[in-house]
Amino acid sequence: MAHAYTPGLRVTESAVIRKRRILPIQGTVMVKVGQKVTANDVVARAEIPGKVHTVNIVNKLSIEARETSRFMKKKASEVVKKDEVIAENNPIIKWFKTQVTSPVDGTIESVSDVTGQVLLREPPKPLNLLAYIEGTVVEVIDREGVVIECPAAFTQGIFGIGGETSGIIEPVAKGPDAELTPADVTPAHAGKILIGGRHASMAVIRRAIEVKASAIVIGGIHDKDLREILGKDLGVAITGTENIGLTLIITEGFGSIPMARKTFDLLVGKKGRKASCSGATQIRAGVIRPEIVIPADHAGGPGGPEGERTGMKPGDPVRIIREPMFGRLGAVKSLPPDLTAIPTESHVRVLVVTFPDGTDAVIPRANVETIEG
Amino acid sequence: MADRPVNVVIATDCGSTTTKAILIEKVGDVYRQTFRGEAPTTVEAPFEDVTKGVLNSIQEIEELSGRKILDGEKIITPADGNVGVDIYVSTSSAGGGLQMMVAGAVAAMTGESAQRCALGGGAIVMDVLASNDGRAGHEKIERIRQLRPDMMLLSGGTDGGTISHVVEMAEYISAADPKPRLGIGYKLPIIFAGNKDAAPRVQEILGEKMSLEVTDNIRPTLERENLMPARHRIHDLFLHHVMQQAPGYKKLIAMCGAPIIPTPAAVGDIIERVAKKEQINVLGVDIGGATTDVFSVFQKIFNRTVSANLGMSYSISNVLAEAGLDNIMRWVPFDIDEQDLRNRIKNKMIRPTTIPFTVDELMIEQAIAREALRLALAQHKMLAVGLKGVQQERSISDAFAQTASGQTLINMMDLHLVIGSGGILSHAPRRVQSMVMMTDSYQLEGITRLAVDSIFMMPHLGVLATVNERAATEAFEHDCMVYLGTCISPVGLAKEGEKCVDLKMSGGLNVNESIPFGELKLYKLDVGKTAKLEATPARGFDVGAGKGKPLTTTIHGGVGGILVDTRGRPLQLPTDKKQRVAVLTKWAKALDLYPELKR
Repeated sequence: MAHAYTPGLRVTESAVIRKRRILPIQGTVMVKVGQKVTANDVVARAEIPGKVHTVNIVNKLSIEARETSRFMKKKASEVVKKDEVIAENNPIIKWFKTQVTSPVDGTIESVSDVTGQVLLREPPKPLNLLAYIEGTVVEVIDREGVVIECPAAFTQGIFGIGGETSGIIEPVAKGPDAELTPADVTPAHAGKILIGGRHASMAVIRRAIEVKASAIVIGGIHDKDLREILGKDLGVAITGTENIGLTLIITEGFGSIPMARKTFDLLVGKKGRKASCSGATQIRAGVIRPEIVIPADHAGGPGGPEGERTGMKPGDPVRIIREPMFGRLGAVKSLPPDLTAIPTESHVRVLVVTFPDGTDAVIPRANVETIEG
Repeated sequence: MADRPVNVVIATDCGSTTTKAILIEKVGDVYRQTFRGEAPTTVEAPFEDVTKGVLNSIQEIEELSGRKILDGEKIITPADGNVGVDIYVSTSSAGGGLQMMVAGAVAAMTGESAQRCALGGGAIVMDVLASNDGRAGHEKIERIRQLRPDMMLLSGGTDGGTISHVVEMAEYISAADPKPRLGIGYKLPIIFAGNKDAAPRVQEILGEKMSLEVTDNIRPTLERENLMPARHRIHDLFLHHVMQQAPGYKKLIAMCGAPIIPTPAAVGDIIERVAKKEQINVLGVDIGGATTDVFSVFQKIFNRTVSANLGMSYSISNVLAEAGLDNIMRWVPFDIDEQDLRNRIKNKMIRPTTIPFTVDELMIEQAIAREALRLALAQHKMLAVGLKGVQQERSISDAFAQTASGQTLINMMDLHLVIGSGGILSHAPRRVQSMVMMTDSYQLEGITRLAVDSIFMMPHLGVLATVNERAATEAFEHDCMVYLGTCISPVGLAKEGEKCVDLKMSGGLNVNESIPFGELKLYKLDVGKTAKLEATPARGFDVGAGKGKPLTTTIHGGVGGILVDTRGRPLQLPTDKKQRVAVLTKWAKALDLYPELKR
């Protein structure tokens, strides 16, 4: 059977992208099925309960816990202002009077005669859920969110940091093998999604943050630069909530690795187009890869919906994703079915890859990924 | 409970990425694992139905075995000739496993007991909250709000003890109003297993907001831990609440002939049974891509810990972060540029399914594995302890010995058997590599037998044991365990080349040698063979009978053999790069550890 399943990254000119946009807690959906939305439209809204503060009345008034309610000036569910008296004692000599005030504007959540604690809650904060991509609402999940669909060009990166953003596609590297320099990034790149080549140094990333670029899409970065950006060594690849001033998407891996020609050409071909992108990455169950969605101005092409994937077969373009040939691109020549011994002496499933220079190599199937269209 | 009569069993483990099925059949009078199949787990989009992966993995077994097991989407029961099976059982850790938050009154007492209870129940503990955990009330509330567990366990207070601290924790939980990870509109399950006198107040505070279950106190007195009732409740809630929210699990539950249990709970169960049956102390480890689970039975007490971010792929970068580069490099018998190594490790993290292709890459991964195993055991030792806060009667000699309650139960000298599991140990190209990895990271002491789980079937056998213990234990002995051999490690230190131990081995092999300090040696002794060992350690060295005292015992062979490790304890490796490379290369050559070492 010359067929194998190796998940790859999607790079496609034409696909139907569906995005589930779900609130963290139940709320109100603001749009209807069939409605057109833009990336920054609010599609659902929820009230996130306010922060809770604790006040230990027992300690402050030097009373027994069971007496707490008796000394309260405000009862549970009453609204209070910051510095308003919520409890006080009643000494014979007024000079010894002690008052407890509210540390915040909010509501008395509870008064406990067991612990002597009063819990106060700040007012709820509204949470607006944005559409993130431009498209049409195709499904409303009552009180939870929506599904938005759009025909688009779509490419995935392998790893990213920073959350959802949008901007105009702006190629800055001369080719997929070019190294970006700080001089390539100018103030005119504010709000743009910059398309680089093989590598961006820390100086380039700093410059892009300085000019307020929305995002950088690049072949690779060094781990030491990631540590510098984050201020710590990233232990587990769950990202998307970093606040570093832009979204960073790497398409190939860590190191200096030319961007796959297909990815580079697709992005360069969309110069000047509006796009949405996200650096959110999660590599455990429920894989999330960073992505760039470039909505089309026409109906979806033959790329099929997101998530529809086929197996690997002879002729498919592949990328080698592990040393010693990490980053090289080629095509599947054959998929031998038998287990084959590799230099470590492990017996594994392999494939034969043909490189553009006509040479072949035997590689474990686990060490390649297809470049999916 | 009597065994349910079965001849043919199909069992699956629905993991985060792969669903693994095994077929167990009675061959003659013995239960054997005969075929295995696997398929990608289908909990997530676009499938969102766990049973699809289960059926695919079973289909692979059908193709390999020729047995018809499925009728459409139904499993045919009972078995009749070459059609059907007698029972289908399953474990599950799909979708990240069971994630719990636990709370107690005092961190080192009921907080720790709650943690042990949840871990033993197969959960990943996201956080342990306690009145004295050093966080202010609002910080605790904020933390509870941030995490979205599958379930909570609230303990606190001995029966008749503190009420206010327990109520305080309940108030915090109520104020935080935590939401479950799965199922946006349903109430989060919470188990109360604390001071029975606090139960009515807890009911008042949490009864409306959450799905509250009250069970026996996990710490009825300071001297006694009673984890089983709460642990059973965890399994009930896992089955009837948490799993009901996961895609396809209602169907899966209906297909199974026994309750589904969390994967680590099943592994723990089988390890506990082995320790009980053989009357030995056992250490089990499952090193996965994301997490490393450690199980132990010492002094008949079972403990499990999970190091949630120590693993060989998804979490590999965290092993580097926690262990530090120097600790990893100390196991690598060559030099490598730091930036290159760091990039390689990050690339493995973002492409977790790749495998080492060159011997150098294999050595690096095995070096990282040693550190992950070491760190996970260190964490295990901290939780596998005697009960803290216990009143102890002390004699004068105890006072001099400075013993305190809460000491670790893990005494490496008393350890009889180590069982390793997970790809890096079970599928090492040479079995001796697994032996050395475990010996290095655990710094085994005295005489210790080593084994690996052949194809990670401990979860399947753990759940099978709940319905037919004999079938599970027979398949475990014959097909699950791959005995690697025995490690002899004298404890003590000397200079390289000085006298360390005299060994006489007779029976299955014939050895009469004096092994100096600083060596690693391997003697062949096949699986199933035993030998009589007479070990006479030099002054200052201990092989299990005391310093300088001879020991006579029976040792067991395996696919690796008998490993003699006179490198001393604690193991000290040269800090100088050149010396380190020289000594690691010498040991690797002595054991024929890797296919090539030409540099």
